[in-house]
Amino acid sequence: MKDVKENRWRLPLRFGVLGYLALLVVLPVGTVFYRAFQHGLGAAWDAFTTPDALHALWLTLLVGAIAVLLNTVFGVGVSLILARHRFPGAWLLDALVDIPLALSPVVIGLALVLVYGHTGWLGNWLAGHGITVIFSVPGIVMASMAVSLPYVVREVLPVLQEIGTEQEQAARTLGAKPFTIFRRITLPNIRRGLVYGVTLTTARVLGEFGAVAIVSGAIAGKTQTYTLFIANSIDNLDPQSAYAGAVLLCLAALLVLTVLTLSDRGREAWHRKAPA
Amino acid sequence: MSIHVEHISKSFGEAAALDDVSLEVESGSLTALLGPSGGGKSTLLRVIAGLDTPDSGIVRIEGEDLTGTPARERGVGFCFQHYAPFRHLTVRRNVAFGLEVRRRPKAEIRSKVDELLELVGLSHLGERYPSQLSGGQRQRMALARALAIEPRVLLLDEPFGALDAQVRGQLRQWLRDLHDTLHVTTVLVTHDQEEAMEVADRLAVINHGRLEQVGSPTELYDRPANEFVLTFLGPATRLGGRWVRPHDLAVHQAGDAPAPPGARQGAVTRITHLGFEVKVDVELDDGASCWVQLSRGTATDLGLEPGQRVWVASVESPEPVEPSDPSDAAEPTRSTLLHA
Repeated sequence: MKDVKENRWRLPLRFGVLGYLALLVVLPVGTVFYRAFQHGLGAAWDAFTTPDALHALWLTLLVGAIAVLLNTVFGVGVSLILARHRFPGAWLLDALVDIPLALSPVVIGLALVLVYGHTGWLGNWLAGHGITVIFSVPGIVMASMAVSLPYVVREVLPVLQEIGTEQEQAARTLGAKPFTIFRRITLPNIRRGLVYGVTLTTARVLGEFGAVAIVSGAIAGKTQTYTLFIANSIDNLDPQSAYAGAVLLCLAALLVLTVLTLSDRGREAWHRKAPA
Repeated sequence: MSIHVEHISKSFGEAAALDDVSLEVESGSLTALLGPSGGGKSTLLRVIAGLDTPDSGIVRIEGEDLTGTPARERGVGFCFQHYAPFRHLTVRRNVAFGLEVRRRPKAEIRSKVDELLELVGLSHLGERYPSQLSGGQRQRMALARALAIEPRVLLLDEPFGALDAQVRGQLRQWLRDLHDTLHVTTVLVTHDQEEAMEVADRLAVINHGRLEQVGSPTELYDRPANEFVLTFLGPATRLGGRWVRPHDLAVHQAGDAPAPPGARQGAVTRITHLGFEVKVDVELDDGASCWVQLSRGTATDLGLEPGQRVWVASVESPEPVEPSDPSDAAEPTRSTLLHA
């Protein structure tokens, strides 16, 4: 039952919220699209396909693939450990995983440079073995992994806790070996949480700027990721490239949102039909 | 196949879940582990299955020492209280799981699964998912899944615990029939003494991690080894400091006839009609109180009313149990009062 007072506020509230979204998101993003295609599709395409832009795109995809893959494996592993085992210090591991959520990426980047840079104690040793981390691809991958560490764990861990261990125990009594149980029982059960976590991780890695900016050195055509390429284009008074790049990231975001929405719906349906 | 459990102890932290339990389960029998919640009976079942490791003791199935054998190699069929259905697999695939991980030929799996679904009456629901089944159907699916691996023994943890009363009754009978068809050695865990007595050939009463008594339902009911077994297995009341079954007591109106030997005098405090059964509470002159279970006919013939003076006497009491520490006694079981 809605009272009159609530009705009177409903319209202003709606306009308020819509206006807020319009000013913060719709208008700016819309402008980027407008500017990108202002001089026609051809000009936009040319901006997309400059050597530096293509290299930045390729590097971002490469880094993303490695970082997402490793964080998926790590995230599932940590979730399994936290959900299935009791050990002293579990709370610490749980808390450590969350650090990247709270900490500024710039600090993470700086910390990586301190340890893995040429003057850092590990970096020095690695350099002695011919491995350069900072200002190089390994550093970018590490920075991307560090900032996107929590997402898989935060999505998969609650699912693991919710499903419990009975299905796995049942599989054990039926003769399944540990890896078979993981592949045929655990993985299908956490699949939706995993898709969600991997998608969030991907979005975070593609959009990362701060940490990567510090560790990569942003050398065009070498260690410049896509976000760095966009920032660099702005600095170099080459707005057309920046707009084009921004549009591509917007499209990636759209894809991410689609996957999340679909997986959300799937999850709701899953919960609806889950046995009581 | 027989199961031998020898001197099993298991504790979780400080609490002893099982304390030197030894038990023999005959081949082909249906044995119920009966006891109050938290008494250790589920732990014993899990130890037999290899899902829990005992701190000490030996588990043998058909003479073979399986104490160190992982659960997956024990050939034990286990049904969980909440059935643990594989939620992402259809009923067919659930039942087929144990055969698939054993890499049996596809045709063999298909025919075996068909046969099992037929056996548990789920042939028409093979393509459904567990979430689309009722509780009783899920239970039968879990049984078919456990039976698929042709287990040496079948272990059921509170098989009817999560079902409503009506379905529970039907499934009990069904399980009993199934057992009579298959003769697979079965151990089930339950806290419901009525269920245990109805379904099982043998009962093993477990309390506080200890085995109190093993025997047929009649043996345990008529000749309980101690106060706990007596009070847990059925209604019990005290007369003259001894435990008796309330249906083994007779009531006479005081003055109608000379008091029988050993009778005690008192006053009726309450008469409760529970369908066929009538429960008469009597406050005895020695300050104690007891209750008597009568059939409705007997109660009507006696014409009892609250406040009336009565004699209460033991009709027959095969082997009355001397009371030990009163805290050891289970509460007179409410379910038996209500089941009539």
